[in-house]
Amino acid sequence: MGLTPRPEHRVVEYDPSSQEGWVATRLDFLVNWGRANSLWPMPFGTACCAIEFMATAASRFDLARFGMERMSFSPRQADVLICAGRVPFKLAPVIRRIWQQMAQPKWAISMGACASSGGMFDNYAVVQGIDTIIPVDVYVPGCPPRPEGLMYGIMMLQEKVKRERMNDATLRNEMEPDPKSQLWIPAPTIDELSEPFGNSVHQTRSGL
Amino acid sequence: MTGPFPIEYAGSASKDAPAPATPRNVPNRGGAVNPSAADLRTRFGASIRRVDVVWGETNVYVAPEAVLDIIRWLHDDPSQRYDYLSDVTAVEYRDLEQPIEVVWHLRSLPYRRFLRVKAQLTKNRPLEIPSVWSIYKSADWLERECFDMFGIMFVGHPDLRRILMWEQYREGFPLRKDFPLRGRFSRAEQLRQALAANPEARYSMEELSIADAFEDLPTEMRQRLRSGERTGE
Repeated sequence: MGLTPRPEHRVVEYDPSSQEGWVATRLDFLVNWGRANSLWPMPFGTACCAIEFMATAASRFDLARFGMERMSFSPRQADVLICAGRVPFKLAPVIRRIWQQMAQPKWAISMGACASSGGMFDNYAVVQGIDTIIPVDVYVPGCPPRPEGLMYGIMMLQEKVKRERMNDATLRNEMEPDPKSQLWIPAPTIDELSEPFGNSVHQTRSGL
Repeated sequence: MTGPFPIEYAGSASKDAPAPATPRNVPNRGGAVNPSAADLRTRFGASIRRVDVVWGETNVYVAPEAVLDIIRWLHDDPSQRYDYLSDVTAVEYRDLEQPIEVVWHLRSLPYRRFLRVKAQLTKNRPLEIPSVWSIYKSADWLERECFDMFGIMFVGHPDLRRILMWEQYREGFPLRKDFPLRGRFSRAEQLRQALAANPEARYSMEELSIADAFEDLPTEMRQRLRSGERTGE
């Protein structure tokens, strides 16, 4: 059993027709730099995570350093939806409508355990993760996350924004919910995403 | 001091009632009984089923059909003057044979008294109890919540609909013991039904009561609204 030679990483295969030009990449860089450093958040605060979010926006942690100090309480002028806190089923059509009212380009941060997975509220009233309603870019764990955690999530979102390319049209595809059921992912997937975990698996459910 | 309504000062009707203080060494059972309990016994007799004192607070178990008379008397009689209804709720016990209890928390500010009135409803018949909305307007939303969570019908309530869950909620009454914690439907079905709700269709004009508030507006604002001026949207 002999040694196989390692692949030569320094050799770059270059196909000019598959690459973007210098102008396009520089323009991408400029646009993404501008977008990533002026993400206007739409604060959707429903619970204790919103308190941490307010602390993040206040002077000690200072979201203004990321160009985010301008809270956009109108979804029309917002870039990133920050869902801070649990979302009950009664609010599901509200957050769906806010997301649909936001103009492209738009991103979403799911802040905290409850927004991301339902958290400890595995009950009849709480949505088991807002990704069953709207597409989410960054999940911030924690109960609630410290401001440093939220800022780390924001920086990850900035990284994601900076890597977008304008010739990738799929990035701006609007989510189209099924007109009949208003769900945007298949029902079995929602059930699977909402599966209980931890101590709660032993509870029973009378099915429909 | 004048106001649009008569002002009741706490303890104004009974000078000897002790001022509120942090209770200490309160026994679990027994202790000083609220004097209203004895008054209720002489006034209503057999309709008063039982009187308990639990953690220094008096519970009066009454017959469900006499609830409205008893609470109206407690509210109106000058020797009682229970002018504040702080809660209407219900209790279901894990023992399913036990009846459901409907609970009213009454407070008399002039006499500095607190009374808990309970009525037991057996489960083999419709859960119906008279509404006290005609006595206390604060019972409106409290009874709606109790109906939403327990399914108790408050007869005489002007607008008995769900208040916490959305109005098209079809899974039942969540705080009943036979209700599974995660609800009866699958998560996808729950989400589908929730997303089908129209978030703007929840408010009735009675709740908003813009028409009622019109007469209270300043004259200048009324004139502007009459002239057809629209607020920006």
